[in-house]
Amino acid sequence: MSRAAAAPGNLDPQALTARFYDLHEHEHPDGGSTMLGFWIYLMSDLLIFAMLFAAFGVLGANYAAGPGAKDVFELPTVAFNTAMLLFSSITYGFAMLAMNTGKKTQVQFWLVVTAIFGVIFVSTELREFAGMIADGATPQRSAFLSSFFTLVSTHGIHVSFGIIWICVSLVQLQKQGLTAANRRRLMCLSLFWHFLDVVWIGVFTFVYLMGTLR
Amino acid sequence: MSADTTHASNEAAHHSQAHGGHGHDEPHGSMREYMIGFGLSVILTAIPFWLIINHVIADKVTAGLVISAFAAVQVVVHMIFFLHMNGKVEGGWNLLALIFTAIVVLIVLSGSLWVMYHLQANMMPTMAQMQNLPG
Repeated sequence: MSRAAAAPGNLDPQALTARFYDLHEHEHPDGGSTMLGFWIYLMSDLLIFAMLFAAFGVLGANYAAGPGAKDVFELPTVAFNTAMLLFSSITYGFAMLAMNTGKKTQVQFWLVVTAIFGVIFVSTELREFAGMIADGATPQRSAFLSSFFTLVSTHGIHVSFGIIWICVSLVQLQKQGLTAANRRRLMCLSLFWHFLDVVWIGVFTFVYLMGTLR
Repeated sequence: MSADTTHASNEAAHHSQAHGGHGHDEPHGSMREYMIGFGLSVILTAIPFWLIINHVIADKVTAGLVISAFAAVQVVVHMIFFLHMNGKVEGGWNLLALIFTAIVVLIVLSGSLWVMYHLQANMMPTMAQMQNLPG
């Protein structure tokens, strides 16, 4: 034993490899690393938003003699939308609590409520965009508007995909019930949905409220 | 000591590690946790909107700093009560990834603003600014 350790060249290649690498398969539970992997994805998504926030921070005051933040933002609408997203967060929480107690119908009910709040959020945002564009505040009008539309609509597209995901989950729940795989998917969606609410805190604070201050 | 027993004990160690590390079987959150998070979020959202809409703070820089502080606190509230973030989830890897990302985000944001502010400040003055120069 000690001689082998002193002269590794005497070992056969497999025994040598086994000293440095773990060659034995362990039993990994199905989807055991999904939650961590999804979290890493969310972190990379956060970097995308950080870039867009940085761009808005740099360009947000370049109005190019066009409409400024004060002219185009309507804070009551933004407050309403913030409330919608916050309500959707708590109703998704209720869906998770129902999932923990294994009540499928309740999970589906709260998912539908969450999706409705999400749809209200996206449609209000689209109406806001339409109003701005009708007033001539289009994305190509100034650097401020370009960076504003890019940042806020990237968030809006994420929410839209979240709504699609909720619809898919509803179908999966109906067909398969609360299986281990479906629970895992719903937990990923939970992270996604709450994460979007966290990003929205940044949007309403640094884009809308701070923009109104400028 | 035979190689077989070594592998067996290694395997056992890996198993216990895997089970200790991944806590995904335990239920996440409770009604109480969600309601506390929701209540705090409503308060932390309502105050900044109220401050800005009613122009409570006259100084713009102070107002900006105050609403940034509210946003920072609310992000932490969401992380703890809605995303159930703590040092134990996934054996601490979630928190580690979050801290790493937060540092990168901080560098990107502060670096961009800092560099671009100085670029802007050192730009050639525009015609309008030059006409306003004294003398």
